[in-house]
Amino acid sequence: MVRIGVILLRTGLLGLGLSLMAGCSDSWNNPYPGSEAHANVLYSAFSERPKHLDPARSYSSNEVEFTGQIYEPPLQYHFLKRPYTLIPLTAEAVPTPRYFDAAGQALPDDAPAASIAESVYEISIRPGIRYQPHPALARDAAGRPRYHALDAAAVAGIRRIGDFEHSGTRELVAADYVYQIKRLANPRLSSPIFGLMSEHIVGLKALGAALEKAAQDRPDIALNLDDFPLAGAEVVDRHTYRIRIQGKYPQFIYWLAMPFFAPIPWEAEAFYAQPGMADKNLSLDWQPVGTGPFYLAENDPNRRMVLKKNPHFHGEIYPTDGSEDDRQAGLLADAGKPLPLVDEAVYSLEKETIPYWSKFLQGYYDSSGISSDSFDQAVQFTSGGDPQLTDSMREQDIHLITAVAASIWYVGFNMLDPVVGGLGEDRRKLRQALSLAFDYDEFISIFLNGRGIPAQGPIPPGLFGHVEGVAGLNPYVYEARDGQVQRRSIDAARRLLAEAGYPNGRDARTGAPLVLYFDTMASGPDAKSRLDWMKKQLDKLNVQLVVRGTDYNRFQDKIRKGNAQLFEWGWNADYPDPENFLFLLYGPHKKVGSGGENAANYDSAEFNLLFERMKDMDNGPERQQVIDAMLEIVRRDAPWIFAYYPKSFGLRHGWVMNVKPNLMANNTLKYRRVDPDLREARRAEWNRPALWPIVLLVVAIIAVIAPAVIAWRRHERKTA
Amino acid sequence: MLAYILRRLLYAIPILIGVNLLTFALFFVVNTPDDMARLQLGAKHVTPDAIERWKVEHGYNKPLMLNAKAEGTAQFTDTIFFKHSAAMFVFEFGKGDDGRNIGNEIRTRMGPSLAIALPVFVIGLMVNITFALLMVFFRATYLDLWGVVLCVVLMSISGLFYIIAGQYFIAKLWNLLPISGFAGGIDGIRFILLPVLVGVVAGIGSGARWYRTIFLEEIGKDYVRTARAKGLGEVRVLFRHVLKNGMIPILTGAVVVLPLLFMGSLITESFFGIPGLGSYTIDAIQAQDFAVVRAMVFLGSFLYIVGLILTDISYSWVDPRVRLQ
Repeated sequence: MVRIGVILLRTGLLGLGLSLMAGCSDSWNNPYPGSEAHANVLYSAFSERPKHLDPARSYSSNEVEFTGQIYEPPLQYHFLKRPYTLIPLTAEAVPTPRYFDAAGQALPDDAPAASIAESVYEISIRPGIRYQPHPALARDAAGRPRYHALDAAAVAGIRRIGDFEHSGTRELVAADYVYQIKRLANPRLSSPIFGLMSEHIVGLKALGAALEKAAQDRPDIALNLDDFPLAGAEVVDRHTYRIRIQGKYPQFIYWLAMPFFAPIPWEAEAFYAQPGMADKNLSLDWQPVGTGPFYLAENDPNRRMVLKKNPHFHGEIYPTDGSEDDRQAGLLADAGKPLPLVDEAVYSLEKETIPYWSKFLQGYYDSSGISSDSFDQAVQFTSGGDPQLTDSMREQDIHLITAVAASIWYVGFNMLDPVVGGLGEDRRKLRQALSLAFDYDEFISIFLNGRGIPAQGPIPPGLFGHVEGVAGLNPYVYEARDGQVQRRSIDAARRLLAEAGYPNGRDARTGAPLVLYFDTMASGPDAKSRLDWMKKQLDKLNVQLVVRGTDYNRFQDKIRKGNAQLFEWGWNADYPDPENFLFLLYGPHKKVGSGGENAANYDSAEFNLLFERMKDMDNGPERQQVIDAMLEIVRRDAPWIFAYYPKSFGLRHGWVMNVKPNLMANNTLKYRRVDPDLREARRAEWNRPALWPIVLLVVAIIAVIAPAVIAWRRHERKTA
Repeated sequence: MLAYILRRLLYAIPILIGVNLLTFALFFVVNTPDDMARLQLGAKHVTPDAIERWKVEHGYNKPLMLNAKAEGTAQFTDTIFFKHSAAMFVFEFGKGDDGRNIGNEIRTRMGPSLAIALPVFVIGLMVNITFALLMVFFRATYLDLWGVVLCVVLMSISGLFYIIAGQYFIAKLWNLLPISGFAGGIDGIRFILLPVLVGVVAGIGSGARWYRTIFLEEIGKDYVRTARAKGLGEVRVLFRHVLKNGMIPILTGAVVVLPLLFMGSLITESFFGIPGLGSYTIDAIQAQDFAVVRAMVFLGSFLYIVGLILTDISYSWVDPRVRLQ
């Protein structure tokens, strides 16, 4: 037994020695290979694996985070300029639409929208742009595609794209953009914007129907899109294509900055359509082929995804025009440098917030969001209510990045509901009273740690149409007194309630208490306190609120059928135009009946008329005037309780540069810069292994075993 | 024995059909094909046409279990249930709603799940048996008493606590191992050390206590007294005789879970970033991906049946009195 003790001690010492040796060369808890220590790599994480990487299908933010770096639509948002400004990406210039009447006659730019039958966007792309290296584009000596006639046996030995010996590239041509527009109508891809675009792009709906029929007739054969013409998208010459839009749709230009309108080479579809490819998850949905600054070098969405610099990237420089604030923030330090500024970006799957946060603090992730668990550890508020980092964060040279999202959360009233709906004066006053009762200033403080701004209307800050300050207040809920903005008193709400026919929360005719129903998907202990808070808000008016919790599917079903009374919902901007928020209240877009996005089923003729005028107008004082009138109508009618505009808080380490929140752009990775040497030094400093627990463990084991050994020896002697 | 195994495998078919039927019914009670389509298509701009198109593309435009419009056997075969279930009996799982091949996913993810589950199982078994034998050896002493107390304490703590505490102390505070992650080959060892350690420690309480009970029952039997009377040392009595006879109930619990090790652990894989089958299943449930859910339930049921058959076979190996007929 003494021998066992000696062996244990020796093993412990050996382990200790090895550990010390290892500690000299590397941090033990480093999840990355030592060879990457000083590499120009950016480290990030994703919590949910992307479902689709096909630009015709990907829409979620966690998908666009990747497709945005790989694919290049013709336009992009300027990285630094605010308000958000579109600039060319692969296009020569931002296209200006030409308008035509029903007879095909050209109309002036300021022609009334009603006279415009068609808008034509002609887009010229820059010559010389090339695709990333890919086997789909590889050609043999005779110029024929090298891998376009593979059979199942040839594919059998292939596990990933890198297993193909050869890869190739070719120049980006206008036909690739037209090809992608046709792909939006392919029923096998189920593009989420097909329904919307088929209402705008000439002939897209008919193409969708033709492709659907062909897909049903030939279920096992890949559809050749070249056999199906699309009137609304045509190639003008090698580098120019034309898109025809029905009527006037000025917001279309923003869609041209989204990956939906990025080019796809026909070779990629032909390559992936070969037998055996799909069974190995080799498809355009998982192995993109783009012209962007990065290509997807490793795609294991169950573990990690790696983007590497595209060796054929056409060259783009870091913007040289920014504001003085940008200059002071160091955002113009890299002006004029060729992009991208990092060689590689490694995204690791991190489902849980605790390990994500810990690894960020250890320096293994370059940036992080702030979960509610770690909020107090990271952020504190000054006496003036401004957020600032805690001392421990500042000691680690961590920086706080905040931005008001182009989003809104609201509580909707179902306008078809007999109690809270309708446009009558009494119902309007009831909704106004309820809007006053829900104190979202308090909500933001209690439940969001200050990460939000009370909403004054449907248009969030940063978008045209939003008015800051006293002029932009919702006068039915807020008032400015002595220069101070404050909520109207709850007495005002009680008065409105009485005028609505519910004095002291009871029906003036029947005496029955007013009971309202709130449908929500929220559940669990966290949600309970929020729901209790909501009940308390209406308690102030002596109105009872019954919470009807339900799952996501049932909730959607209730909204679709108009069975909800009050409900909570939100909206994220697709593009920076007020139309993208005001259309949520446009009558013809009602959920009930038309399946649109107007979940409150609000339908005001006055508002609808103004919306139809506003949506086709260019930004300017006249449009602002129309928007102001629309805001006044919705504030008065109160189909929503405007809750808050969420504010995002993020953190970055001191070695990450060029971080400016851009809520519209999804291709900002190319601007990021890291200082790998500083990062490595900090990691080594923060992650020195503590060896005493190992020593303690060995000692503890010996301490436990030694008495046992002694006891055993005594026992053996006794037996003997 | 071969006939017995074949018979058991044939019995498995109606069980698997039943499991499949139950999964199908439970899934579609809470999710309609329309719900699935909406979830896949996203929350914005989803038109009724788009939903229909998705259903047609994914084969969810048919009746659930009985096609009244069809004739003959097509009434049963031209349904969502049949179209999505029949191929599974030859282990053709098809594609998930995200378009990825399920069979390929299972093959890829099985390795990482096993990389954690197998060492936890083997080391855990050894540690638990050793600890249990030590407590039995020192029975009725302070070591036994505090051993049992320790077991009760360990088994009273939630599994999640071990994970969080392990990550906090070992990876964050002492910087000894990576908090989470996974890699293939030799490099992967440093990633699996912490989850394996946590898994083993989390299982000691219940495992060692259960085995202690088994061994204590054995140690009081006549053959042990005989062995001692022959003059055998306590170590030899325990490890040669008691352990061997105590293995029968241990095998009952151990062999049956052996095939299920492939299925991975939901929480462990999620917290340690292990790309295994456990996280695959939970992701599919959250995404309402019926194709993956039914495949994983089917696989789990099949492996459980295999586990039960293996248990029977192992009985006959460790106990010569048991014959499989």
